[in-house]
Amino acid sequence: MNQGDLLHTVTADHIPEGRKRLGKMLVRGTALLGIALAVWQFAYETGRVSAGFDSWRPVLYAYLLWATALCVSQVLVNGEKGKRTLFVLPAALFVISLVVFPLLFALYISFSDWNLASPRGPRFNGLDNVRQMWADAFYWNALKNMVYYVLAISVEYVIAFGLALLLNAQIRARKFFRVVFLLPLMLSPVAVSWMIGKSMLEVRFGPVSRLLRDIGFEPSFYGSPEVARFMIMAMDAWTFIPFMMIMLLAGLQALPGEIIEASRVDGATGWQSFKEVIFPLMLPVSVTAVVIRIIFKLKLADVIINVTSGGPGGATDSVTSFIFREYRDRSNVGYGTLLAIVYLVLIIIFVTLLLKLVSRWMERPA
Amino acid sequence: MKVDLYNYILAAQRVNRRQMLKGMAAAGTAAMLPKIGLADDHGNLRAEILKIPGVGAGSPTDSDWQKVGELCLGATKQNVAEGEFEGVELTFMGLNNQNLHNFLFRGFLKPWEAYTGAKINWIDLAQADYNARLQQSIATGTVDFDIIEMGAPFEGDVLGKGLASEMPDWVKEQIDMDDYVDYLKEPVGTWDGKTYRVSIDGDCHSFAYRKDYFGPDSITGRDVPTTWQEVNQVSLDLIGKEDPLTGLPAHGYLDPLKGWGGFGFYFLENRAAAYAKHPNSPAWLFEPDTMKPMVNNPAWVQAIQDVMDLIEAGAYPADQINADPGTTAFQQFLAGTGSMLMWWGDVGSSARTSDSSVVGDVAGFGINPASDRVYNAQASAWEDTRNEAPNMAYIGWGVYVMATVEGDEKKKKAAWSAAAHLGGKDLSLWASAYPSGFQPYRNSHFQFEEWEEAGYDREYVEDYLGSNADSYNHPNAAIEPRIPGIFQYYSVAEDELAKGYAGQYESAQETADAIAAAWDKITDQIGREEQIAIYKASLGL
Repeated sequence: MNQGDLLHTVTADHIPEGRKRLGKMLVRGTALLGIALAVWQFAYETGRVSAGFDSWRPVLYAYLLWATALCVSQVLVNGEKGKRTLFVLPAALFVISLVVFPLLFALYISFSDWNLASPRGPRFNGLDNVRQMWADAFYWNALKNMVYYVLAISVEYVIAFGLALLLNAQIRARKFFRVVFLLPLMLSPVAVSWMIGKSMLEVRFGPVSRLLRDIGFEPSFYGSPEVARFMIMAMDAWTFIPFMMIMLLAGLQALPGEIIEASRVDGATGWQSFKEVIFPLMLPVSVTAVVIRIIFKLKLADVIINVTSGGPGGATDSVTSFIFREYRDRSNVGYGTLLAIVYLVLIIIFVTLLLKLVSRWMERPA
Repeated sequence: MKVDLYNYILAAQRVNRRQMLKGMAAAGTAAMLPKIGLADDHGNLRAEILKIPGVGAGSPTDSDWQKVGELCLGATKQNVAEGEFEGVELTFMGLNNQNLHNFLFRGFLKPWEAYTGAKINWIDLAQADYNARLQQSIATGTVDFDIIEMGAPFEGDVLGKGLASEMPDWVKEQIDMDDYVDYLKEPVGTWDGKTYRVSIDGDCHSFAYRKDYFGPDSITGRDVPTTWQEVNQVSLDLIGKEDPLTGLPAHGYLDPLKGWGGFGFYFLENRAAAYAKHPNSPAWLFEPDTMKPMVNNPAWVQAIQDVMDLIEAGAYPADQINADPGTTAFQQFLAGTGSMLMWWGDVGSSARTSDSSVVGDVAGFGINPASDRVYNAQASAWEDTRNEAPNMAYIGWGVYVMATVEGDEKKKKAAWSAAAHLGGKDLSLWASAYPSGFQPYRNSHFQFEEWEEAGYDREYVEDYLGSNADSYNHPNAAIEPRIPGIFQYYSVAEDELAKGYAGQYESAQETADAIAAAWDKITDQIGREEQIAIYKASLGL
């Protein structure tokens, strides 16, 4: 036992070898039981043995038994130190159970041919789903749309920064405007898609359409691919610009006032002060806001599903809205899961690279 | 009856208190006089239940449903002794749409529970959750319900997999299946010659049109179109004209051009049925021996081409490409945009009751338009003969008993008795006359004198419900195949159609070929041989 541990040790542990052996045996024994049950059940389900359980529930119980034995063995083997481990171990096991197992199951599903309507159930089909994805114009089209949607964040950022600067300035009714500009963020995107996308922009009697008709235009918001995609971007932006704005506003308010004052004393104009002082100082906040916004954007689906269902002709489809149709409307579980897993991998790679790339701007310059 | 339809009828005939009382008095008189021309011995009972709560006396409540359930227990009492199902527990899975469906079933079955001693546990589902819940139960082998309210399109998934219990003969007698309208008889509700379904509803698409668009002095100056060729021509002729009601641009037929979770495909089917559903075969979506899609044969291509031509000509309202069926019915047709539409039995039901409706006084109804020529798939040739084929879209709800009750005769009899009570001849008359979520589906529901005596306006009932009856009983009705995953086929077709309508395919043929390829892929995935067997069984071949 080292000196550091002594500080936290209430009692000195003198654990007999027999107790340690018992602890290890408990873990190994229950693990063996679980593995044996799982193998047996697998053999039963694949028709290799004739006797088995109706469901996998006994294997789940064996897993719970193993988890309990693992916790108990910590105390048996490590004594006081084991008790400390117990503070974390159940939570860790819980998370692993709910994240790792489903992920492994999803990986298995994604390499299987499983249509819920098929009487044959899931069947391993190797890389067939990957090949199907490779040739699936709808999926690549959705990925391409995601690029457009993510690029739109640059415009959202400019607008959000402008609004944040405005709300940071000494203007009348500043608090009122801060609340008003935050309101769209408080609305569910589903509500936005119905209230704005399907009601205000309804081409026949939506108020926006009527206004446009009154001033001589024939409104069409979802008729052409470009306009429809823009409308989706606009509705999503309207909801989430306030989110970026509030982050940037907080950053602006935290800026040290004396530096800005010093730049003015040195004769910097408003633009120079923004370009040389405020913007560089705001880079860490800006990058954080943009990265979080990108993560939000990659989940974009609700507005699209409600307003255009991905149309016209897939022009507004996001990856998530496409997977939704593939999975829910067509019960194509195997292929849908593969698309989701591929998208997950793409997102992980993209966000990791993005964070690596922007890490140099994440720290405020000294 | 659909709630909206009920409200519409009341509004349409403008029932006032005096008329209502007159109707009720007539019904009361009918109740007192034996055999006043009603078809059977149930006449008194039928007149009596139609007085609960009385046409125009507000929406029925749980106590009304219980009263109706109590009065209609006679058939059950003939087959089941009091307290016979003591100790039996059944689980019933159904919908909770508009606070109807399961809510009514609870009320109807409460007196049944009291009499038989059985207890029912309820699983209520929203429509949007229903398909996914059912599919998952089937796929994972976790059927945790004994009785289910289900649409006939799912029969392939459920009956085809042997998950349901075969109907005993005593149930067939109790519910008088011969009274069903023609299209709900075999093969619907049956599988491999065995009967499984207690029908409680009927569905079809019927033709709604604006009367003010047609006639000698109208904007078109012609009669109501009766063929799709005429519908298309009217739609083209109306380009550039002004709507007589709204002063906005006039439009002809409203095709929904956007996906609707598979339901949008029914609307292309309406057009295609007239071209593709030849009287010589019940098959019009797949070839029965091979499951080869027929959706890219000349008949279907013609239907797609018709829509593309109208898009090209600019015959549709702006943004039609983003219009789903709900939009065409409620935001366009009812609001005065467009003059023709195909919709379910409750079409136009909001015409007089909805604030945004302007067409209440000018809506007329008919069956699915015909075609001047029909494609004979067996001979691979067009025939210049007129062809009518009403589209029985969705085929209506039914009650099915699951195989979970097999092996326990008491439980099985209890489940079938409950199902038979819900699908009883007299009880169903009440359900078709009052808000229930269900349409008339028995020939006896179309004895208009019963409706009249209950206080309904005869002219309206004959006109409106007559179009449904004509569709139901049509000898060449187009009935969808009850095969597993039918909505998967529809959903993927919607995606490909959307691409075709948006000009991403070169032609209607290329669009149809893409749908056929996608359908073939689904068939192979689900299992071609299994699908062929199920398809043939569903067609009664």
